[in-house]
Order: sequence, then structure tokens, then C-alpha cells
Amino acid sequence: MDALNTVAGAAPPLQASRVRSGRRVADKLLIGASTLATLIGILVLGSILAMLIIEGVKGFSPLLFTEPTPGPGSEGGGIANAILGSLVMTFLGILVATPVGVMAGTFLAEYGRNSKLADLVRFLNDILLSAPSILIGLFVYTLMVRPMGSYSGWAGAVALAIIATPVIVRTTEDMLRLVPSTLREAGAALGAPPSKVITAITWRGASAGIVTGIILALARIAGETAPLLFTALNNNSWFSPNLMGGVPNLPVMIYQFALSPYPNWQQLAWAGALLITITILALSIVARFVIKSERAR
Amino acid sequence: MGALTEQISLTRTAAPARRKPGGLGDQLFRAASYASAILVLLVLFGILASIAYGGWPAFAEFGPGFITSSAWNIGQEQYGAFVAIIGTLASALLALLIGVPLSLGIAVYLTQLCPGWARKPVSMTIELLASVPSIIYGMWGLFIFAPLFARFVQVPVSNLVEGMPIVGTLFYARVPSGVGILTAGIILAIMIVPFVASITRDMLDQIPTVLRESAYGIGCTTWEVVRHVLVPQASVSIIGAIMLGLGRALGETMAVTFVIGNANRLSASVFDPGSTIASRIANEFNEADGLQLNSLMALGCILFVITFVVLIVARLLVRRVKVA
Repeated sequence: MDALNTVAGAAPPLQASRVRSGRRVADKLLIGASTLATLIGILVLGSILAMLIIEGVKGFSPLLFTEPTPGPGSEGGGIANAILGSLVMTFLGILVATPVGVMAGTFLAEYGRNSKLADLVRFLNDILLSAPSILIGLFVYTLMVRPMGSYSGWAGAVALAIIATPVIVRTTEDMLRLVPSTLREAGAALGAPPSKVITAITWRGASAGIVTGIILALARIAGETAPLLFTALNNNSWFSPNLMGGVPNLPVMIYQFALSPYPNWQQLAWAGALLITITILALSIVARFVIKSERAR
Repeated sequence: MGALTEQISLTRTAAPARRKPGGLGDQLFRAASYASAILVLLVLFGILASIAYGGWPAFAEFGPGFITSSAWNIGQEQYGAFVAIIGTLASALLALLIGVPLSLGIAVYLTQLCPGWARKPVSMTIELLASVPSIIYGMWGLFIFAPLFARFVQVPVSNLVEGMPIVGTLFYARVPSGVGILTAGIILAIMIVPFVASITRDMLDQIPTVLRESAYGIGCTTWEVVRHVLVPQASVSIIGAIMLGLGRALGETMAVTFVIGNANRLSASVFDPGSTIASRIANEFNEADGLQLNSLMALGCILFVITFVVLIVARLLVRRVKVA
């Protein structure tokens, strides 16, 4: 397949006399334009990474991981509280999203399969997958922040869980469907009840894929900013363990500090941006390789 | 005869029920799986219900005039959605105008022109553009792209078109600061490229190789193969992919907030600052209360309706799309 593409792609040498020049020009234009488009894509990613590395590395120091974010106008400081806050909320979000997502994915692939309900859930889940995250922020604000009377890390975690769930549902279903039905039938023939067949056979067969879905969800929510603006907000001190009030977190910290007039805040924003982007890109690359090997199996 | 049927049905009920495999645990597992699926449904309806509930006072206060009014005056408590709606649609439309040709070019390059060894790394680079958080795009747009854009596009173009009819208004920057509707459109275009390009690439890959080979076999050039063989085959899915990109562009928040300039102004020039529904909510929500908060919720409601219509159409056209 690839070899064939190369042959076709090399554009068979056209004999000038036999091909109208208009056709040749159109062909050259297409080849030029599509190569240019690809170069632009690569260039943009390259320039984003270059920007983050050049600006972010300047601010890297051990203090980053030990000091909390400084107040307005004060010197120095780090982003330790924001890192910790982000880790806690992301972890809580995944903790909620994983069981719900895996079970819903199991319903779609095993119990529901071709039922009307499964079709509806599948369709709406796909829509939820690309729904604007700011709307999810508004939803959680109405659901939790307003009744509780305060921004909280719990609300932030719920918003992140809602964003992570559709990703996990989708990958779980896809991966469970790759497990051959003969395995299920073999399990059922031994007299195993459906729950046993699912947990001991299909889940086990698709475990690497399901874990990948969770990693992808992690990569998706780690950089989400908009929903956290209305739920966890941000804070310049260490947060209390009950997670009430503004909880510091990397994305909102980056948003507020990058647009602030203080140079040390801007520097911290760049360092945070570098940290978060490297983490997310690493997570997505890992997930991609696991999915590829899983599909190839 | 009647008695006989009765007897049979009686025996049926009396017969020992076939033992269901598994006990309580099995039932619970099934119920949990069912409940999780229902929960996904409920969340979507919950989002709609909560935003509609929050925005209701604004709709009740201003009526249908909320959509057509371009006022946004916090002091006088006068709110209208028109500027934000136009800003949302304009930036998303610009994103499509720029992003779709880019995406199609990338898809054609990857499926037709790219040498075999480079295919995987190039594909992966393009797909990684989708993983970059939107706030990072915002920073890149504001700190790297906007200054370059102001210097090399806005200033020369403004000088060139000044005084000309139509183009003179459309492409004239009163304050060439680099931010504005077009900048937002360009950043959004880059953000939708990975989605549209990877779906289109997958669709082009699914077209039987025989079709392509036979077209090349009768002496078609790459352009002719793409134009007359590949595009007609994949057109429905490509339109679906574009709609999916549109859905993303309409609701994108952080990147747009950084680069659109956040002005409640209706301007004929694409170089002028404006605002979108999402950027306005992100900007004002934390300081808002009372009717302003309700109006922001009502804006969210309008965004919900617009994006969900677009996404539903997209999903109907592209049946299933890969997550990764």
C-alpha cells in the first residue's frame, strides 16, 4: 500500500508533448499546495514547541516545585500549589470518570449492542465528546457552585469528570468490540454468567486498550481551562484539604498570569505552560502507540 | 379444545423456571452498566436544562429582542446577543475558509504524495496539534502570531486598501495590534486542522485502491485523480468532517479569548477586535451577577443550540470517528 502510494506519488514522468499544459499546471499546483499545507502544519507545531521551550526554560528552577504562587506584586514564588491542585482535581476527575465510562462502554459493546437505547447513548456520547467545554463549566456552576455558595475543587473535579467520561466510553466500546465473540461464547459455554464473561474475558482481553482510553482522557482534561474558570477558579495560596474555595490549578494560573502585568507572574505562566504541554504531548504519544499495537493484534 | 390450551398454559407456568446463570452479583453488574449508560444521557440533558434555567430570566426580560439587540451595557442592565453571535459565526466561518483547504491539502499529501517512510511521523505530528491545550494556542496566538500578523499583514494590507470601496472597509485595521476577528479565525483554523485532516485522510484511505489505480492507469494526473475520483467518493464524509470542525470552532473558548480583542463592537473589518459567545462568557462570568449572569447563561444557551445542531448534522454524515 505504502509502496504503491510512493509510486503514484512520485508523479509518473509525463511526456511534455502528450499532456496538455493546463493539466500539468493543475497537477503541479495541487502537489505544491498540499505539500505547503503539510509544511504549515508541521511548522506551527514546531513554533509552538520552540516558543514554550525558549520562554519556559528560563523560568525553570527547583523553587518552581516547592514554592506556592506569589501574590500580586511580590517577588519570586513557584507553582507548586497549582501543580498539586491540578493533580488532585485531575485524579479525582479520572476516579469518577473511569468506572462510569468503562461501565457505559461495556453496556454499549456487550449488553446493549444493537438496542435502540445503545444507539441513542452512542450518538449522544459522540456529541458530548466534542461539546464546548465552557458549557460543561456553566452546567457544573449551576449544579454545584451556586447551591454550595462557593467555588470548590469538587466542582472542578466533576467538570473534568464530565469531559473525560465520553472519551473513556468511546475507547472502551471500541476496544471491547475488537475482542472476538468466540471468546465470549467459549466463556458462556462453560456456564459463566455474563458478568463473569465480561470481567474475566472481554475486559482482560481489552485491558491495554481501556487503559489507553483513560490515558487519553487524562491528556484531554489536564489542559482544560474554560470549565475550571467557573468551578475551581484559582488561588495564590495552598488549598485546604476540604477543597472548598478557589483551588489553585495550572491552566487557570497560566491564563491569569500570562495576561498579568508582573514579569515574574508571566515567567511562571511560561514555565507552567511548558510543563503542562510536555506532559500532555507525552501522554498522547504513549496512548497512540498502545492503541496502534492493540489494533494491530 | 379450550380446556386443552388452558391446561398447556397452566403447565407452562407451573414448570420450574430455567435457572438464570449468575446470582445477585450478575444482576448488579448489569444494572451498574445500564445506569452508567443512562447517566451519560442525563448529563447531556442536564447541561441543556441547567443553562436554559440560568438564562431564562434574560430571555423573559428581553424577549426575542435579546438575539437581535447589540447592546451590552452593564451599567444600564441592557443586554443583547447580536454582536457575540455575529462574532462567533464570523470567526468560525473564517476558520473554515482557512482551515478546510489546509486540511484537505494535508489529507491529500498524506494519502497520495507522502513517501512511505515519512507517512507515520508526519501523520503523528499533525494529530499532535489536536493535543495541544487551547490555552497554549491562545498564548502562541497572542505573543508570537499577533505581533507578526500586525507587522507583516495588517499594516501593509491596511495601507494598500485604504480608501478603496468594500475591500477598504473589510481589510482596514484602525489599530493594527494583531488581535481581532481574523486572528481568531486563523488560530481556530489551525485548531480544527488536525480533526478535519485526520478524518479526511481516513476516508481517502478507505476508497478502494483499484479505483485510484485505474484512474492513474488511463493517464490521469494526481490532480485529476483527486478531483474526479477521490473527492466524489468521500464527499459526504468530508462535509461531515468539516461540520465537526465547525462545531469545535464555534465553542472554542480560551484561544479565542486571548486573540479576539474582546470588544462589544460590530465592525465591518475583519482586522477589528470583536467577541464570541464563549469568549464573552469566559471574560465576564466570574464578576457577573444578577441579570448580567442570566444574560451570559442565555448566551450559553444560544451557543448550545448552534453547536449541537452543527454536531448532530456532522455525526449523521460521519458515522463514527476515531478518538485518537
